[in-house]
Amino acid sequence: MRRVAITGAGTINALGHDVASTLAAMREGRCGIGPLDIRDVDRLSVQIGAQVKGYDEAAHFNRQQIALCDRFTQFALLSAREAVAQAGLTFDEALGLRSGAILGTSGGGLNTQDENYRAVYEEGKNRVHPFIVPRLMNNAATSHVSMEWGLRGPSFTVSTACASSNHAMGLAFQMIRAGGADVMLTGGSEAMLCFGGIKAWEGLRVMSRDACRPFSANRNGMVQGEGAAVFVFEEWEHARARGADILAEVAGFAMSADAADIVMPQAAGAERAITGALADAGMAPHEVGYINAHGTGTAANDKTECAAVSHVFGAHADRLMLSSTKSMHGHLIGGTGAVELLACIMALRDGVIAPTIGYEEPDPECALDVVPNTAREAQVSVALTNAFAFGGLNAVLALRRA
Amino acid sequence: MTIRDRVIEIIAQQAMLDAADVRDEATLADLGIDSLGLVESIFAIEEAFDVSVPFNANEPDAGDFDISSVAAIIRAVEGLVAGNGAAPA
Repeated sequence: MRRVAITGAGTINALGHDVASTLAAMREGRCGIGPLDIRDVDRLSVQIGAQVKGYDEAAHFNRQQIALCDRFTQFALLSAREAVAQAGLTFDEALGLRSGAILGTSGGGLNTQDENYRAVYEEGKNRVHPFIVPRLMNNAATSHVSMEWGLRGPSFTVSTACASSNHAMGLAFQMIRAGGADVMLTGGSEAMLCFGGIKAWEGLRVMSRDACRPFSANRNGMVQGEGAAVFVFEEWEHARARGADILAEVAGFAMSADAADIVMPQAAGAERAITGALADAGMAPHEVGYINAHGTGTAANDKTECAAVSHVFGAHADRLMLSSTKSMHGHLIGGTGAVELLACIMALRDGVIAPTIGYEEPDPECALDVVPNTAREAQVSVALTNAFAFGGLNAVLALRRA
Repeated sequence: MTIRDRVIEIIAQQAMLDAADVRDEATLADLGIDSLGLVESIFAIEEAFDVSVPFNANEPDAGDFDISSVAAIIRAVEGLVAGNGAAPA
């Protein structure tokens, strides 16, 4: 069976504008969450988020590109540029035909929608810019990535709320393994930190107004983030033949649906995705050293996720490490699994486990080793990354040290 | 319509019951209202009385807004209206 290597990684998120600065922040347990700097923030009851700060689009894109690319597309392109540069790939005619892009997003060009609804409804304008549709469409980021490198193979966008990135990366993995492509750019992107994007989440009453404290007994909700991460997934022998530095192996993937509730997660569905990913990778549960948790910091997710992990791993659940990096970079919704994959690569490659920061009080319903507040050095050969979306759609990836 | 009647009407609508069947001592669970139904009821209360209800679904028992029974919710809404806890514009 064809194997899949990760040969490049790129990101921009609240912790950093590239992989090195993001991993440094995770090692330090630095928090990227702070006061939101957006229009009409005074009318929001939730006024914090993990925003990408110090970002100047004109430093990276020309006027024509900016006219066509919403913030979520810009984040995806910048991440993809870093990943492709690290992989050292040149997409010539032949490789371009054997390569594609599968990216996740939930909101797509939400800033574009927000600004233009405001223009027509609030300001009463009757004319909008001609590029609104190509800017806001959920597949815009995927299409721009395919165009920038001439990727002419399987390319599409996945939108499954908080599991979008994991579903996207899982499908990219399967695409290469099944022979449909040799190289895939995959990951996810989100730029939802605008008035409408936060106002909608406020309505659900699951947001924290002060901090994201996953697994802590005093947790009081999730905090939104923004940004992207994109990876180069490459067929193993293709990567080996050209002497590429392999960051990790994507070894297994599984997805499941709870088929139960539109917002409340079910442990059984999460368990099926975790056990499925292990089986797909041909791994025994005791091999798993680290799990990057979905860990949203909501009451419901964290206890359900811990119950699922405890049930799948039995006694080994107390020996593995499980952390939620959302405590630092926030919940990037459709981009979150991609940024979290970086923590898995850091665990496997550098032997550093990113912490769950903001952890203050043990919760008997989350009684696992959540790597509280401080990063830890540990040798790990297998890592999992969980994503459990609203709507009960679950996606888990299994990675092995290269 | 009194505050009491309006709150009962909102709860009854959520529970798909006649207002006459919503008893003071009933809990939301008794009435078959789940967490989503609760969040929707609170939104309806905010809209009906132009108040802001301090409620976070992650810690439903925290804060001053008592949701332990129909009577408690009515008292809490009366308190908010009396305190003129107006919603942000």
